[in-house]
Amino acid sequence: MKGLFYAFLAFIQFVYQSVYLSLSQIWANKTRSILTTIGIVIGVASTTAVIAALTGLKAKILSQVETFGNNTIIIEVRWPDTGPKQNMSWRQLRFRTEEFAGLLEHCPSLERYALIGEAGQQMVKYGEKSVQYAQIHGVEPAWHDIEHRGIVVGRGISVIDEGRAVCLIEPELRDKLGLEKDCVGESIRIGFRNFRIVGVIEKRPDLGIGGGGQERYEIIIPFEMTAKFRQEFWVWALAESKSPEVLDEAVAELKFFLRRTRHIQPDEQDTFSVESLKSAIQTFNKISIMVTLVAGGVVGISLLVGGVGIMNIMLVSISERTKEIGLRKAVGAKKSAILMQFLVEAVILCFVGGIVGVGIGQLLTLAIAHSNPLLERTYIPAWAIVLSFAFAATVGICFGIFPAIKAARLDPIEALRHE
Amino acid sequence: MSQQASSTNGNVIIRLQGLKRFYRVGVEEIHALDGVELEVRENEYIAVMGHSGSGKSTLMNVLGCLDRPSEGSYEIDGENVTRMGDAELASIRNKRIGFVFQSFELLSQLNALKNVEMPLLYASNGWFGRSARAKKSLERVGLGDRMKHKPNQLSGGEKQRVAIARALVCNPSILLADEPTGNLDSKTSENILELFGELHKQGQTIIIVTHERDVAQHAKRIIRMQDGRILTDLTSEQDEAKSQSGGDIPGKEKL
Repeated sequence: MKGLFYAFLAFIQFVYQSVYLSLSQIWANKTRSILTTIGIVIGVASTTAVIAALTGLKAKILSQVETFGNNTIIIEVRWPDTGPKQNMSWRQLRFRTEEFAGLLEHCPSLERYALIGEAGQQMVKYGEKSVQYAQIHGVEPAWHDIEHRGIVVGRGISVIDEGRAVCLIEPELRDKLGLEKDCVGESIRIGFRNFRIVGVIEKRPDLGIGGGGQERYEIIIPFEMTAKFRQEFWVWALAESKSPEVLDEAVAELKFFLRRTRHIQPDEQDTFSVESLKSAIQTFNKISIMVTLVAGGVVGISLLVGGVGIMNIMLVSISERTKEIGLRKAVGAKKSAILMQFLVEAVILCFVGGIVGVGIGQLLTLAIAHSNPLLERTYIPAWAIVLSFAFAATVGICFGIFPAIKAARLDPIEALRHE
Repeated sequence: MSQQASSTNGNVIIRLQGLKRFYRVGVEEIHALDGVELEVRENEYIAVMGHSGSGKSTLMNVLGCLDRPSEGSYEIDGENVTRMGDAELASIRNKRIGFVFQSFELLSQLNALKNVEMPLLYASNGWFGRSARAKKSLERVGLGDRMKHKPNQLSGGEKQRVAIARALVCNPSILLADEPTGNLDSKTSENILELFGELHKQGQTIIIVTHERDVAQHAKRIIRMQDGRILTDLTSEQDEAKSQSGGDIPGKEKL
């Protein structure tokens, strides 16, 4: 037991001594050490920045859908790839309200659904102030239970609003039109009709794609009122399964039901898509993993190049310090001590390179975050930092071991005679 | 510790028996050492002399445990090091031998104190208090006030003193000096040799390899080598007398 303790103590001293020797050597050759680590710095900085950007993009996109539950299903029209229906116009192929009649009774796994009608962009006016384009969505009351957007003032669309000219606006539009904070009861003009405001609803988090500073406003009206703007309007639907566990059943039931109500023959393709949010996120995750792997490969190559640079410098350093190695051996340095000194030196160089790289990566990440609203959530995840360090250390060991062995094997007599 | 300079008193520190060292260069075998018998006792002060090619460098390497003999045996402090492995030899060098080289071999980026500390870094018990030990060693060679100076701020003589302090820091059984004054002017050489004399008086066993007669004259015992063998092994007085009388002593023609 006591022997084991002393062996442990000796080991600690050995490691500490190697680190001490290596650090003093690195410090003595500052310029060269800096030049050596540049490859690693660039490698690690680019890895972390790429991973951060991808993570940020993912976080942003996930935040878009986080207003939905994880048992949400999106039902949309989709043109089939084959068959006579692939060339139909949207008017022919669009959903009709009656196709959804009796949906809940026939789909036992479904908790609720809400139809959404698109009335397009309309001009909005209040007194002297106006907004040229606002997107008008007609929704059924159940929409509030599926898309959990908070009501700031007033109330949401409810069953009593059926056929009434009422609307929900977003705070930004309210301010733009110069309405009071509590604007419930005020009337605004949408297109050629007056709508009474019953509530103010939170803005949906903005994806920012193509939205170069242009403000976008949404107005929510009761579903039935969509027809007042357009005779034939585009309809899609959101639905929710009873629980996340029966999500797949709900999707299957919906598909079966809609095929029947849309009169699709058994040999025909669906003319619609029923997709759960979960599967959409899974698809996105798959793509993002692939991009990460490709980026990781590129960055891995750059780290490899950095590693070769380190090996080269270590070899130069060893041939320069041959005499020193000879002297150290003459005064009692064992092979293992010399090996460790040079190995630790390579690893420390890589590690310091890793630290600086993560720092620069952090700066890059900040720059990326400010470059595009789509990437504003860019941050370096902890695992990326750990991975960078692990990789840097591995590169250090792999490329440091060969020069270190070379140094350890030097014959002290030859080394001392070396000029 | 014995204060006598006699070669018959004191414990035997080094014992070489039938020591041979062969090198193979192509098909030719070179007998660098060809049967050396030698005993070195505690607190001896020995000079090894000889032409280049006489085998004195090889003997130095073997004595310093940098090289292994091809035949024969080598004991230091009663330990037979003839067949020791690299790691064991390294620890023998660390504990028992202090090297002083002609060109000092100080590490230029380290100050005097750090240079002297270096062997302690490799000693099993040298880690703690190494700075104090290095300081003591530097004071012993008279450089207590130059500890923070780097080698390029020191004169040649001071550099060699640092090197001697480094050789002494682990309390070696034997101090091995290879042409320690070869790179120094005569006045500085004299100072360094005085320091060796002083260390010898304090009880240090010293072996100096040199081809300079006046350097060798400081030693108490002079060993002359030729063709890998010991030619003469005399006290300095005997050696002096013999060279005066015109004996066939190698190195004489160099005078």
